[in-house]
Amino acid sequence: MSLIEITEVKKRFGDNEVLKGINIDVAPGEVIAIIGKSGSGKSTLLRCINGLETIDSGSIQVAGAQLLPDELHLKALRLKVGMIFQQFNLFPHLTAGRNVMLSQTVVKKTPKAEAEAMARRMLDRVGLGHKFDAYPDQLSGGQQQRVAIARALAMQPIALLCDEITSALDPELVNEVLMVVKELAAEGMTLLMVTHEMRFARDVCSRVVFMHQGRVHEIGAPEDVFGNPKTPELKQFLGVH
Amino acid sequence: MTEFTTWDILRNLLLAARWTVILSLVSFIGGGIVGLIVLFARIGKSRTLNVLSRIYIELLQGTPLLMQLFLAFFGLGLFGIDVPSWLAAGMALILWTAAFLAEIWRGCVEAIARGQWEASSSLGMGYLQQMRYVILPQALKIAVPPTVGFSVQVVKGTALTSIIGFVELTKAGTIVTNATFEPFTVYGFVALIYFVLCFPLSKSSQYLERKLNVAHRNH
Repeated sequence: MSLIEITEVKKRFGDNEVLKGINIDVAPGEVIAIIGKSGSGKSTLLRCINGLETIDSGSIQVAGAQLLPDELHLKALRLKVGMIFQQFNLFPHLTAGRNVMLSQTVVKKTPKAEAEAMARRMLDRVGLGHKFDAYPDQLSGGQQQRVAIARALAMQPIALLCDEITSALDPELVNEVLMVVKELAAEGMTLLMVTHEMRFARDVCSRVVFMHQGRVHEIGAPEDVFGNPKTPELKQFLGVH
Repeated sequence: MTEFTTWDILRNLLLAARWTVILSLVSFIGGGIVGLIVLFARIGKSRTLNVLSRIYIELLQGTPLLMQLFLAFFGLGLFGIDVPSWLAAGMALILWTAAFLAEIWRGCVEAIARGQWEASSSLGMGYLQQMRYVILPQALKIAVPPTVGFSVQVVKGTALTSIIGFVELTKAGTIVTNATFEPFTVYGFVALIYFVLCFPLSKSSQYLERKLNVAHRNH
């Protein structure tokens, strides 16, 4: 039984068809890396799964429930699937702790004390328990991204979507974020990540999806995709000849 | 012929300046409340309300305040409704202020990065929750300096209500001039009083802008 079922998903922006019929099934606990050139549609696909973009045709099912574009269905979906962004998108007017507490208290109506306890646990989990009262602009990029991960985890999602979460970070900060993701993967969290970290994709992911011009061009285990690319486009993307 | 001392002139002007202050406050607070309603109509999801609020804003920003005062004062009179000048002045200024504040605040709401909407959506928040907990607290911070700055325009705008016979500072200036035949002295004082009212406002707007220093606090 798949956790996320993406079937024949198509999406266009004006004349530009960004997704030309995508099919991917994600099993529970799978860690999937989506790679490809910019403009290949990988970020759009991720945003469609979370309902940030509407799809033109096809269907997306998460844990058996169909993704429909009305507010009620979207909210139900978003409680199951968390998302982490390239630009962190922490709420700058709230402390790290409040960032993690907000959606719990507002969306899930969790009592404040409980939400705070959860926030402390989640911040501890990403190694930032001591930064509970720090504002986002007092944190480094890597720390901000870890808070964003804690914020998503506090909603207890069954899957996480990661949209190039290390691309806006200085090189020396990339690792601390990837370590957190790696731990999540080891704990059995289902992860769908768009990434440029090829080594990480090779080490941690169970499957790799190579997207090219709005289609899934190759899909398979990392050893196959990286070790034995079949299509010239993937070979060129990986720089092997 | 009666002689007027400088103190006589100033005293009468200061008494009238109370009405300028009261009218400014009423316009600003009333305009703020109406402006908030117009703002939500303007940025909300209803197409009809979007269009209506846009027409409202365009009309009030695209016509002179003086014409709006005339219409409020004489227009309703045509229907047999006798509008006292204080009511016409208050109403016209409230509606005029609302149009400008709504537009200033819309800019502030739209200045909030799209990522804030996306992040809060992805956490399951609905539109009102996003507004209440994520967008407005940030927009409010940006909005304070231009809002305080605009209050200067409101204070100066009240001068126009003298034309429909509301006795505030400018009207009092005209009356005192007619009695004293000293227009330069009188209007000099009038201008000075306006300046004393406006200068602290524009200064505090600059101060708040520096203090909140919003441009650099966002990421």
